[in-house]
Amino acid sequence: MSSSIELRGIEVDAILRGISLRIGAGESVAFVGRSGAGKTTSLRLINGLVKPSRGEVLIDDIPLARTDLVALRRRSGYIIQGSGLFPHRTVYDNVATVPRLLGWDEPRIKDAAGEVMSRIGMPLEKFGARYPRSLSGGEQQRVGIARAMVANPSMLLCDEPFGALDPIVRRELQETFRELRSDATIVFVTHDLAEAMRVAQRVVLFDDGRIVSDTPSADFPKQQLPLVRQFVAAASLPS
Amino acid sequence: MTASLFRDILRVTGEHMLIVAIAVGVAIVLGIPLGIYCTRNPRAGRVALRVIDAIQTIPSLALFGFLIPVPFIGGIGMRTAIVALILYSLLPIVRNTFVGIRGVDPVVRDAGVALGLTSRQLLFDVELPLAMPSIVAGIRIATVIGIGVATIAAAVGGGGLGTFIFRGVAMVDTRLILAGALPAAALALIADVVLSAVERKLMNDER
Repeated sequence: MSSSIELRGIEVDAILRGISLRIGAGESVAFVGRSGAGKTTSLRLINGLVKPSRGEVLIDDIPLARTDLVALRRRSGYIIQGSGLFPHRTVYDNVATVPRLLGWDEPRIKDAAGEVMSRIGMPLEKFGARYPRSLSGGEQQRVGIARAMVANPSMLLCDEPFGALDPIVRRELQETFRELRSDATIVFVTHDLAEAMRVAQRVVLFDDGRIVSDTPSADFPKQQLPLVRQFVAAASLPS
Repeated sequence: MTASLFRDILRVTGEHMLIVAIAVGVAIVLGIPLGIYCTRNPRAGRVALRVIDAIQTIPSLALFGFLIPVPFIGGIGMRTAIVALILYSLLPIVRNTFVGIRGVDPVVRDAGVALGLTSRQLLFDVELPLAMPSIVAGIRIATVIGIGVATIAAAVGGGGLGTFIFRGVAMVDTRLILAGALPAAALALIADVVLSAVERKLMNDER
């Protein structure tokens, strides 16, 4: 199950100035742009963390205003820079967060957690009882991914998830993320174009609260827009 | 030391502990929710914190004095002492609850909301556990201060170890003063050590 996402004529005070965008069920889209361009705000609109001052957000064609936000969030995965793991909970308890909120029984949670942990390369038997602080930054972020994906979310919202990691670990996690490729709709915020093109089929470029380009990933570098040229130059993509 | 003086010291020490325990207990029951409220309503919270800050600046002897004519809660006796101590104990508990919750990493709070915790679950499963070392530190400070301030309660007939101290001062009898002061100091030290240990334990549990 995957969800469609639609932003319709969205304005958010001084941040977004008229955003309209449709993301089909199962699509993977990267939001790129400079800091402050509005990409994170656009992401946070999708699960209701930010309310638009004008326009509306629709998930599966239902306006967010008429949706139970808590229920919606429980079926969306959320991966954030710095992982946001609960420091007072073990790795297992962190991963079990959403299944517990959904009222799954413990054997089912254990199965799902065991499976997702092995897929991210951190077996539950070895890491389940550890606390986040005893893990490296890359490991914490892997657990963050596992926590977001354990309950098969219908969409996966990622806010600069690999931003704080060194380039090698960052590359590894991009690979892990690609291999995990669930059937969820993916929205991935990053300022790194190479990363955007690696993890998403479609790239949406934000600038100053507007969308300035929206293309399939492979076509993105072919555009002549000055801002696109800057991003391409900064990313030093393989030619 | 005569056996009867020793018995008196024990009895008065017990009284002293009771006064502080009741006052700090009530302050916890009132102060933690008030601290939580302050985090949820920043504007009202600032006013509330300002008011209990101001209470703290009233000299303790004066506060006991002010309470004597107040109906229901005032008068001469242990009740007045307890009310004054509650007022003093509120500040560290409210403030540390507030600071502890505000100190929770915004990324962690954000993740909690985005994963679908209700605001109640966020409070009880994330914010309060993470704020607990700070809250316990507030309780420790309230207790240690309370043990000291409670010695002044004897001035309004509140009982406790201050009884010896005031009597000793009036009679210029150093031994009597010490009979009140030493147990009070010992109580404060013990409370500090025990509650510090609880605090450290909570910090370690958090890794």
